[in-house]
Amino acid sequence: MSALLEVRGISKAFRGLKAVTGASLEVPQGAIVALIGPNGAGKTTCFNMIAGVFKPDSGEVVFAGRRIDGLRPDQICNAGIGRTFQIVKPFAGLSGLDNVMVGAFNRTVHAAEARRIAFEILDKLGLGPKRDLPAASLTLPDRKRLEVARALATRPRLLLLDEVMAGLRPTETDVMVEVFRELNRRDGLTILLIEHVMRAVMALAQNIVVLHHGEIIAAGAPQDVVRDPAVLECYLGEETEV
Amino acid sequence: MPIDLIFNVVIAGVLTGLVYGLMALGLSVIFGVVRVVNFAHGEMMTIAMYATVVLFAAWKLDPFLAIFPAALAFFVFGYFLQSTLINPFITRPEHSQFMLLVAVAIIMVNGLLMIFGPTARNVQVDYQLESWELGKILFDKARVYAALTAMATSAALFAFFKFSRPGKAIRACADNHLGAKVVGLNVKHLYALTFGIGSACVAVAGCLMVLLVDVTPVLGPAYTLLAFVIVIVGGLGSMGGALLGGVLIGVSEAVAGLFITPSAKSMVSFALLILVLLFRPQGLLGRKS
Amino acid sequence: MSAPASPLFADRRAIGLLLALLALLLALPALVNSYILSVAILILYFAYTGQAWNVMMGFCGQLSLGHSLYVGVGAYTVAALFVHYQISPWVGVWLAVVICTLMGLVIGFLAFRFGIGGTYFALLTIAFAEFTRIGFDHFDWVGSSGGFFLKVESHGTLDLLNLRGSPTMFYYLALAMCAAAFVFCAWLLKSRAGYYWQAIRENEEAAQALGINTFRWKMLAVGISSAMTSLAGVFFAFYYNNLFPEQIFNISRSIEIILGPIIGGIGTLFGPILGAAVLTILADGITELVAAMGLEIPGVKQVFYGVVLLLVVMFLPHGIWPTLARKLGLGQGSGK
Repeated sequence: MSALLEVRGISKAFRGLKAVTGASLEVPQGAIVALIGPNGAGKTTCFNMIAGVFKPDSGEVVFAGRRIDGLRPDQICNAGIGRTFQIVKPFAGLSGLDNVMVGAFNRTVHAAEARRIAFEILDKLGLGPKRDLPAASLTLPDRKRLEVARALATRPRLLLLDEVMAGLRPTETDVMVEVFRELNRRDGLTILLIEHVMRAVMALAQNIVVLHHGEIIAAGAPQDVVRDPAVLECYLGEETEV
Repeated sequence: MPIDLIFNVVIAGVLTGLVYGLMALGLSVIFGVVRVVNFAHGEMMTIAMYATVVLFAAWKLDPFLAIFPAALAFFVFGYFLQSTLINPFITRPEHSQFMLLVAVAIIMVNGLLMIFGPTARNVQVDYQLESWELGKILFDKARVYAALTAMATSAALFAFFKFSRPGKAIRACADNHLGAKVVGLNVKHLYALTFGIGSACVAVAGCLMVLLVDVTPVLGPAYTLLAFVIVIVGGLGSMGGALLGGVLIGVSEAVAGLFITPSAKSMVSFALLILVLLFRPQGLLGRKS
Repeated sequence: MSAPASPLFADRRAIGLLLALLALLLALPALVNSYILSVAILILYFAYTGQAWNVMMGFCGQLSLGHSLYVGVGAYTVAALFVHYQISPWVGVWLAVVICTLMGLVIGFLAFRFGIGGTYFALLTIAFAEFTRIGFDHFDWVGSSGGFFLKVESHGTLDLLNLRGSPTMFYYLALAMCAAAFVFCAWLLKSRAGYYWQAIRENEEAAQALGINTFRWKMLAVGISSAMTSLAGVFFAFYYNNLFPEQIFNISRSIEIILGPIIGGIGTLFGPILGAAVLTILADGITELVAAMGLEIPGVKQVFYGVVLLLVVMFLPHGIWPTLARKLGLGQGSGK
């Protein structure tokens, strides 16, 4: 398996404060990789550099053989990377259906086609019955699902998920895990996720990368990583939802 | 063009600019704390100007003395405007707040038109015609007094925010209103207090401005725009910036009036505004957000 | 409140109401006197300009308080070509559209490239309008502040080619403009552009993450809005036959343009029309009432505007139409 996404030594500092230092990771084509680490470790900053919100101070991001660091978020989306936001950003005044249609218009200019795509994805994520409600009136778990649906509608090759399980009940988490597994297995979707909910991480990820104080301290198969002394140390005293 | 004429014009511009600065200071203080753009600012200024005219016509009250009742009345008015009308809009989208104040402004300017009609009003005091001479350079007494009063008022305001308890509380509130709430400050009260203070600034500026220009209702929107131009040029939320912007605009208007034509003078201000918005949107003394 | 996704004309009742309204409007000049016709023209004029402004603010969330700029420049362009070179407005209109679109795009480019949004953007639009107003005050070729006049033809003229004619002709012209703008905006809202604009309005960052080049789409909204507004200027010039910079570019003209859609419902298709009708009829009623009481007070109408605006932003933040549509049971809403 060749790497779909390759992050090579990216760094970012905010006003001298180093958020991420020389982080490198690989996401193979068709894999599910989890990026974990305590709060403030720099996970979301990493995501934002991959997704084009921030330009890395140094390092490269290569997607499908092409450098994408420094591109705008919309260019990166069009290159094939979809994302969700940790703090959800729904189009609050629009219905769930319209939210997803906005994403679907990335693939087609025809409204009817966009609507068809949106229906399909909403059903897949179990939002079908709520599609006509304004996004503002949805519950938080539903809004998280809507974020995923919207990102999926752009038909990404790689999906970046930023804590989509947070706030879900265990049964809801299991449903979401199943959705992502299905997407990965059937559609060959590659996924990189930031997650605190270890139940989801262990169920989904083939690989785990651990970030601490802006640096990657461990990477590998889940069962190895969770036994790594450095990882245990950085989580000591931290809240972990195993 | 004789050099002393230019000197005279520049000095008049600086002095007028300080009064502009005080007006803009009110706008800047309100924006800096409440984060609401007071679109009725110039209209409030015009109301203060008319109030001064009325007080003068009725009791021969000198505009410099009219400052005290006007500032007090405007403080109370501003406090209530914020606490009743604007506070419920704090969480509304920006354009909603804007519309609210546009509505207030429309009512004010046309209310004045209904009451006073479109003709210009003024006050006439003897020192308006007097001046000091320094060589060939003239200092209009009224303009000098007005500028000094504007500076004194600004200084008092600086001191208030720097040293007094409520002033510090307001600054804390401007810095982080959630934090201010957490430590137990009554944010809504502080907002209202700020709007009251900003309004009082405008009232003082209005009392002074009557000595320099005749007042008509249509001055309201013009002063609103002028105040915007000044605070954006100087830096929205920066108190020193408002004064600097005021002087800059005062001088550029005066000089433009001399070299181009008086009716085109505000074109220079707008050109300045456009340039500042594009190349230094945080203003000359503003901090980058 | 349903969303724009629900097919616009799927609702039979909505389509029926719309057709009935259109029939009534077509027959109107035969039914009413010249005073009512002049009010109707005014309503259509504000419905049209409101619709044009709505594209930028209602659909795309970019607040312009300087739309009088496009009305003024559009009006002066066709009027100058007509008066100085006898060029028909049907030809001149193209130049007006081009100039106004370019002006809109320049303002948009400067603002969006330099990251100016919200209140600052609104102030920038005011600044450009005011700048232009003062410029025209000193522009002798079009009469500067003294005004610029088109020759008024004798009554009974009907010269469609040069837009010289009776109020009835202008009524039908305004009606055609309104209807075209309505259909055009309805189509825009249902198309990809409409969805992208609304996404940008609701959350620009999220829109960008979905692959939308927000700069490009915002520019499109500004371009379309300014082009549409310039046509209103063409109408204004030939209907009123006189142009004063102090009046046409005045910021209160810009505010008049935006009142209709705000009161009717920002971002909706019927909002601008409804708002224009409500506002014009009420304001005219007030003016008549004051005149009937034998009073001559300037500013009454504007104070009334202010009070209505105040009440609407306070108590009906989404405007009248969304509430009304729900009450009528029309499954039609657009954007809101």
